[in-house]
Amino acid sequence: MRITLLILILFLSSFMGCASTQERLLDSDTSQVQIRSIETRAFDITDKEKTLRTVIATLQDLGFVIDKADETLGTVSATKLNNYSLRMTVTVRPRGETQMLVRANAQYNTKPVTDPQTYQSFFASLEKAMFLTANQVD
Amino acid sequence: MILHTIHQDFNRENKMRKILALFLTGIILLPGCETIPKDALTLSPEVLAQRQIQTKKYETTDEVKILSACAGLLQDMGFNLDESESKLGLISASKKRSAVDGGQIALSLLMAVLTGVASPTDKEQTMRVSVVTRPVGENSEYVAVRVTFQRIVVNDQNQVSKSESLTDPSIYQEFFDKLSKSIFLEAQEL
Repeated sequence: MRITLLILILFLSSFMGCASTQERLLDSDTSQVQIRSIETRAFDITDKEKTLRTVIATLQDLGFVIDKADETLGTVSATKLNNYSLRMTVTVRPRGETQMLVRANAQYNTKPVTDPQTYQSFFASLEKAMFLTANQVD
Repeated sequence: MILHTIHQDFNRENKMRKILALFLTGIILLPGCETIPKDALTLSPEVLAQRQIQTKKYETTDEVKILSACAGLLQDMGFNLDESESKLGLISASKKRSAVDGGQIALSLLMAVLTGVASPTDKEQTMRVSVVTRPVGENSEYVAVRVTFQRIVVNDQNQVSKSESLTDPSIYQEFFDKLSKSIFLEAQEL
């Protein structure tokens, strides 16, 4: 009987780990610096429009339908449906005189994607379309 | 008497084991459900074929004209435009339609008769499309149009039953046939 009780307590305490609304709203458990480094790459290109168009083409190659884009702000949002829902926003902004910074963030069903490998594969796909190397930004 | 206690002990142990098994499966099932597939953002081997099916080139330098023909065509097909950005050559649109399928309902009825439990059937779907234009060719003498469709199907219990890309080549064939017509019609100012 005692063992059952122990298991019950363990089981219930596994629910306690669930995040509060504030934590879910602001993703408070992630480090801003770390998430940016995972999600950002620099490309040796200065043409913002070309970069954005290439991002759009890459997303289409990856099976996304583009939801919206804004050249002035340099943003693209897209959704992939494949028995799951993967939503992505990519932003492009200049870095100094010679580079563009490309940042992507993704949401898989109801969870943020924080796995570096996933972003690595995205930038690997983007590299091929850009004919340029994606440089890690520190 | 002794036999009776042993029997009770055995029963209790059996019950505990059952509870334990239930809890264990619960604990295992809870966290494991949501991880992103490894290949979600890698280019699949079918990329080239897909791109070819979904793309058509038009010999013109007027990207906006093609984009506006696409907007007209999406209206022809009953879509409402959600977003557009002419500087990047993008239009996205969506529509809601019925997803009722006679065959599925028949199957569900048959199951209900056989098992007493009716399986949910599809009710409606949101269909989404994005059209992207892009100047191509050495001197940008062509405009490439790439279109992609997807849909989310909801069943009669308001659960998402399907969410998928629509990849049937004949969909794209018909779209581009209609687009050529739309470009022609708009050139004639009809």
